[in-house]
Amino acid sequence: MSGEFDIELPLLLEAIHRKYSYDFRSYAISSLRRRLEQALEHFGCRSLSALQERVLREPEVMRGLLAHLTVQVSEMFRDPSFYLVLRQQVVPYLRTYPSLKLWIPGCATGEEVYSLAILLREEGLLDRSIIYATDINPEALRKAEAGIYELDRIADFSKAYCEAGGRGSLSDYYTAGYNAAVFDKSLRQGVLFSDHSLATDSVFAEVQLVTCRNVLIYFDRVLQDRAVALFRDSLCRKGFLALGAQETLAFSIHAAEFSEFVREEKIYQRR
Amino acid sequence: MGSLIPASQTQGPQAILVGGSAGASEVVSLVLGALPADFATPIVVVIHLPRHRPSALAGALGGKCRLALREPLDKEPLAPATVYLAPPDYHLLIDPGPSFALSVDAPVNFSRPSIDVLFRSAAHVLGPGCAGVLVSGASPDGAHGLRAIQQAGGLVAIQDPNDAAQAAMPEAARALCPDAPILSAQGISQWVQQLSAWQTSPRRGAI
Ligand SMILES: C[S@@+](CC[C@H](N)C(=O)[O-])C[C@H]1O[C@@H](n2cnc3c(N)ncnc32)[C@H](O)[C@@H]1O
Repeated sequence: MSGEFDIELPLLLEAIHRKYSYDFRSYAISSLRRRLEQALEHFGCRSLSALQERVLREPEVMRGLLAHLTVQVSEMFRDPSFYLVLRQQVVPYLRTYPSLKLWIPGCATGEEVYSLAILLREEGLLDRSIIYATDINPEALRKAEAGIYELDRIADFSKAYCEAGGRGSLSDYYTAGYNAAVFDKSLRQGVLFSDHSLATDSVFAEVQLVTCRNVLIYFDRVLQDRAVALFRDSLCRKGFLALGAQETLAFSIHAAEFSEFVREEKIYQRR
Repeated sequence: MGSLIPASQTQGPQAILVGGSAGASEVVSLVLGALPADFATPIVVVIHLPRHRPSALAGALGGKCRLALREPLDKEPLAPATVYLAPPDYHLLIDPGPSFALSVDAPVNFSRPSIDVLFRSAAHVLGPGCAGVLVSGASPDGAHGLRAIQQAGGLVAIQDPNDAAQAAMPEAARALCPDAPILSAQGISQWVQQLSAWQTSPRRGAI
């Protein structure tokens, strides 16, 4: 069983790449295998070959598969201590720039974008900031742009906002509808939501901060190195790179091009 | 107590995987506390914890354990004489290398980390080169993963449900792996020690 799966896997990824230009060939294998097993079940396919047949001929199957391959999981102010350190130790540097550009690759459904926008607003920096929020999943980008989240998630978000050093109440930034919280659209006035792949696209702007949290964990080391090179080439000298709580540059070929700024929070600074 | 290692096994495991939830930390701390500082085989532990609680487990287990103990980072290679604890709010997987991989995919069996996710990936990547044990817990998580390890040729063991603080997890495992050895907490401790003793004993050359 698993023998055939492993033979078919690279063939499927190659087919997806040739037909749709989505490149999953260098993703971390064990996570990818899990997600494809789930996709097989979802589509009722016996094998990856059967799935490949459908993916090549039915674009809507590719759309569905994309949702499986790029699971959208995010939260506002995930790891509050990270946002606290960002506020207390990185913001003082950001303040010295007359205008700011920030990049959030793999922004998923936008929770991180609104978290950062709120933080910048409270620090008086949002008006002079441009935030590039990018992802490869168009459905996620649409949701990110809408900025509407289910009401039952808001209690957790509010708690994290406070722990992250929030100056007011999270409710200052949204209006509660029947079942959803609609975030204030002025928060995204300076945000550009756009399709961009860390696997296939290139640098598009010079930025002072990249926050790319829990995206690199889905890549193998070669693709991680590609992504980190993009971050390096996008960042100005002394610009900041923030990774997820369990991510590190320690195993990257580009490790020496960054210094550790706040080790515990995985915040790096370009040399 | 006789040998728990079937003669058909010719090589020691590259990793020993331990899963549990409620009532597991006592057992795991007993097992780890009995291991010598030169215990070579890496040990990977998933114990379900309340989300967002910074891992108090390392403190609880670390005191008695002579081995290095830490939460692995993404892509970190498995190293000898080290105990790895799954970090809260991530799934922990084994990738070829072997090295660790993390994911924030949705919880499985209401758990992140999920024992099934770790065990299945290890079964796939390490095959007969991994050993798995499930101890006390109030969730069925881990049973399918344990079966996957067994089917891949790895050794497995289950804590005796009568000996466990919470029987649900070992019960579920026993239902899926009916021929796995059922051991007391002490028995599991010895089972783990044998896995490594047998691995580190020098190989005799052909005469
Ligand atoms: C787990 S989410 C991260 C969410 C958010 N950054 C956070 O920490 O809460 C991972 C995101 O990475 C995106 N992604 C996957 N491959 C990508 C690629 N090659 N380029 C850009 N984004 C990618 C997925 O679509 C998904 O939205």
